[in-house]
Amino acid sequence: MASGAEQVRVVEEIEPFEAAQEIEAGDVVLIDTREPHEYQDAHLEGGKLVPPGLLADEIAAAAPDKSARTILYCRTGNRSYKAAEQLQELGYENVASMAGGIVAWQEQGLPVVSTSGLTPEQRDRYSRHILLPEVGVDGQLKMLNAKVLLLGAGGLGAPTALYLAAAGIGTIGLVDDDVVDASNLQRQVIHNTERVGMPKTESARLTIEALNPDVKVIEHQGRMTADNILDIIGDYDVIVDGADNFPTRYLLNDASVRLRKPVVSASILSFDGQISTFVPYEGPCYRCLYPTPPPAELAPSCSANGVLGAMAGTMGLLQANEVLKLVMGIGEPLIGRLLLFEALSTRFTELKVRRDPECPICGENAPEIPESEMGKFPDYELFCAG
Amino acid sequence: MATVRIPPVLRPKTGGQPEVEAAGGDVGEVLRSLTDAYPETAEQLFGPDGELNRYVNVYLNDEDVRVLDGLSTAVKDGDTVVILPAMAGGAR
Repeated sequence: MASGAEQVRVVEEIEPFEAAQEIEAGDVVLIDTREPHEYQDAHLEGGKLVPPGLLADEIAAAAPDKSARTILYCRTGNRSYKAAEQLQELGYENVASMAGGIVAWQEQGLPVVSTSGLTPEQRDRYSRHILLPEVGVDGQLKMLNAKVLLLGAGGLGAPTALYLAAAGIGTIGLVDDDVVDASNLQRQVIHNTERVGMPKTESARLTIEALNPDVKVIEHQGRMTADNILDIIGDYDVIVDGADNFPTRYLLNDASVRLRKPVVSASILSFDGQISTFVPYEGPCYRCLYPTPPPAELAPSCSANGVLGAMAGTMGLLQANEVLKLVMGIGEPLIGRLLLFEALSTRFTELKVRRDPECPICGENAPEIPESEMGKFPDYELFCAG
Repeated sequence: MATVRIPPVLRPKTGGQPEVEAAGGDVGEVLRSLTDAYPETAEQLFGPDGELNRYVNVYLNDEDVRVLDGLSTAVKDGDTVVILPAMAGGAR
């Protein structure tokens, strides 16, 4: 590869794929001759930053061996060519400039790394998040590393999942045993007409993958039961409860308190919604709020009821809002607060929820759950007679 | 007079009204005024022993009456009493 020691010191130029082969083979000093902000956005793995204006001062530290193979690159190949000339004048014997720079390198599909942890595509996609000082690159990275489980890919889960996916929540788990029905489409905006009859988890996955390739979707097709709940929720950072029945809500509460997982919990009926965030031992749990489920005649979720789609969407997005705050550790989640939304009057009401010292699950006298009892739950199915 | 906020599941028992004005010096009296005016609400609010059913939460303004004085919690003119049963709707 070396041009040899001709009298005329023309700089050797190599193509990105040649540079990639040499880098792969090893024993190459790779120098990035751009400005720090360009380097931060994206650079070649192993590339050492030596900005053009600092070349004479800094090259000795970055490339101490003048006989070593030294490859320089910049954005398009001009600055690195000039820098290579300078290095040859300084006595470097085996220098090459990468033709076309990192632009050509990326056009050929070769990988780059970013100091910030985000790829150039991600910096672009999430730029409106990153511009928020409360979020920034750190907050976006937290979202990309977060694992969020949605219980139900329906009236609440559909809008929640869409916005979590768009926000760049890196892993979204979906628990649902249902298939898409035409009557769902009035509110479950993650599904569509062509997908009637398809499992909801699959339909939601297809929509999410088309929206944001950064998101990994894990389908848990089936129902959450006392037998599988600890295995399912154990891997997730935050759980979103959009379940349609009380047994599942109490089951999730008890399991999430045991595993100390935060739960964002909303429910909807006709024109009304309610939402709260339960962080075990930091605030109340679902049982502190509702010690016992209502009888079937007061639990209309057990039978068919109407619901306004836009109200379901509002509550679903309030859930997404809570999740993003919990994941990033910003703002004030709805811990110890129950927010009611009445769509007909467009009225929000906030109620206080206290930890119940007598709570059988998280109260002061609640029994420690021994390892052998983990995963064993009472028969929650008895709760819902309807 | 206090304003009683009626949850969706109870509205069929109050002629569809989301709010009802009711008189009383404490929460228990306000709720009794409600059940006098709309008798069908009684069995869903109170058990046979005359106590609030465990599955019904009642708030005076924004505070759960369980952490106040329960049904004896004093009510002033213009206060709001919120009746709130658990709801489970979501997925389907």
